[in-house]
Amino acid sequence: MPFGLLKYGFSKTYPAKHHFTPRKDLKKHYDVVIIGGGGHGAAIAYYLAKYHGITDIAILEKGYLGGGNTGRNTAVLRANYMTEEGVTFYRESLKLYRDLSNEFDYNIMWENRGQLSLATTDAAIRSFRWRAEVNKHLGVRSELIGREEIRKLVPLLNLGDGGRYPILAGLWHADGAIARHDAVAWGFAKGACERGVELHQLTEVTGLDVEHGRIKAVQTNRGTVQCGCAVQAVAGTSSLLAAMAGFKLPIHTYPLQAMVTQPYKPILDPLVSAPHLHVYIQQTSRGEFVIGGGSDPYPLYSTRSTLEMKESLSSAIQELFPFIGQMCLLRQWTGMTDMTPDYSPIMGLSPVENYYLDAGWGTWGFKATPISGKTMAELIATGRVPDLIKPFGVDRFLRFEQVNEAGATAAGH
Amino acid sequence: MKIMPCPLNGPRNISEFAYGGEVELMPDPNTSSSEEWAEYVFFSDNPAGVVREWWYHSATSYWFIAERNTVTDEIVRTYPPSELFKERVEFKKESE
Repeated sequence: MPFGLLKYGFSKTYPAKHHFTPRKDLKKHYDVVIIGGGGHGAAIAYYLAKYHGITDIAILEKGYLGGGNTGRNTAVLRANYMTEEGVTFYRESLKLYRDLSNEFDYNIMWENRGQLSLATTDAAIRSFRWRAEVNKHLGVRSELIGREEIRKLVPLLNLGDGGRYPILAGLWHADGAIARHDAVAWGFAKGACERGVELHQLTEVTGLDVEHGRIKAVQTNRGTVQCGCAVQAVAGTSSLLAAMAGFKLPIHTYPLQAMVTQPYKPILDPLVSAPHLHVYIQQTSRGEFVIGGGSDPYPLYSTRSTLEMKESLSSAIQELFPFIGQMCLLRQWTGMTDMTPDYSPIMGLSPVENYYLDAGWGTWGFKATPISGKTMAELIATGRVPDLIKPFGVDRFLRFEQVNEAGATAAGH
Repeated sequence: MKIMPCPLNGPRNISEFAYGGEVELMPDPNTSSSEEWAEYVFFSDNPAGVVREWWYHSATSYWFIAERNTVTDEIVRTYPPSELFKERVEFKKESE
C-alpha cells in the first residue's frame, strides 16, 4: 500500500511544492533585512508582506530555518500571565495561533489542551488567585480549582498526600495549548516566500554598518547588503548582535535544558506545571512526554547539557508522575534564553534609528511568535509603535518602568 | 560534575556556589544621573568570551571573583576580591 503512493511522488501531475526560496545570490539592496530566520523573523516577514505590501525583504539565517531556539523550546502556548501588559499581549497571540493552520494551509498541529499549574503552599494559592482574576478581567480563561477537579483533569497525578509537597490547589488555564514549533516557523516562512520574501539560510551576519545613528548595510559571510531598515530577531545571541550595532541590552543569556521520553499511548491531556519543583510536562500528539524546567544557574553561550539538570528534572517529574520512572528518555537538548531583568520581552525601537529590536525572549518567545511578528511588522511599516508592545520598549529600563512579569516561566513561579 | 576552584575552600562542586553577576564598576551614586544608574543596574555587555564575575560560596558565605569563559564554561582564574578592590567603598550620604 505505501508503495502505491510512490506513483504520485514521481507523477508530473503532482509536482513537489517548494515552499522556500531556492538558494540564490543576495541582492545588493533590500528594503527590510530581517536578521534571524526563526519563527519570529519569518513571522515579521509574513505580516509585512501580507498586511503592508512590503515584499522586498531578506531573512538572513546563519543556520537553517527554525534551527535555533525556535526548534528548542517546549512548544507551550498560554496567556495566564500576571501583568495586564503581559496577559493582553499573549492573549492576542493565542487568538492568532488558533487560525494559523487554516491561514497557512499548512498544519501546525495546534491543540487546545488546557494548562494546569499546581500550588503546594498558601502563598502559591494567593498568587494563583491573583493571576486568575487578572486573566478573567482581560478575557483569558483561568480559574482556581481544588483537588477533586485536579484529580478529574489528571487522574494519574500524584497529589502528594502525606508527602512533602501535598497539592492544595491548581490554576486551570483552559486556553493553554501546544503546537509544533518547527511547523510554525515553516508556515510563516512558506507564507512569506510565496509573497516574494527571500529566505537566505547559511547566511551569517558578521557586522552592521551604522552611520550617524542609522543602519546603512548588513555585512554577511556572503557579502554586504544595503538596507532601508533592519530588525534583529536572534533569540540567544541578542546582545552579540546589539554590540555590532553599538549598544548594550539588559540581557543575560542562560541555557535552558529539556528532555523527552519515548512515545507512549495518550494518557496525559493537559499541560501540567509544578512551580515548587521547577518542572513542567506535556504529552505530545506523538505520545512523547516533553519535560522542561528552569534555566541553568549561571549564564553561558552554549547548548551543552548537564547531568545535574537532567537528574533534577527526572526526580521532580517522578514526584508528580511516579510511573515516568519506568520510561526511557529519547532525547535531551538545550536552548539559549535571553533573560531580561523583568521577565518581559524587549520589542520596538533601538538607539539606532532604523534598526528594530525583537529580543529578550527568555523562556516566553515561542508563544509570542505570531503577535510579535504582527506588531513588529506594523512598527516597521508605519514607524509607529503599536499600543500592544509600547510597554516593552528597551527604554523602559532607563525610566525604571519595568513590566514585572512574575507569571513568565511555567517552572519558576 | 563541574568543579569551581574557590580561593578560600579549594576545588568544590559548582552546585555549592551561586553566580553573582558581572564585575562592573559602580558609578558614584551621589553624582550619577538616573540614566547612568539604570545603565549600571540593568544593562550589560553579556559578551561571549572571558568575563569577570562575582561568585559566592554558599556554605562559607564567601564572595570572590572568577574569570570564566561564557562560551566554553572554562574557569580561567579565581581570586579574592581584594585583588581588585584595594579600598573600602564608602556610601557617603548626600549633604542635606
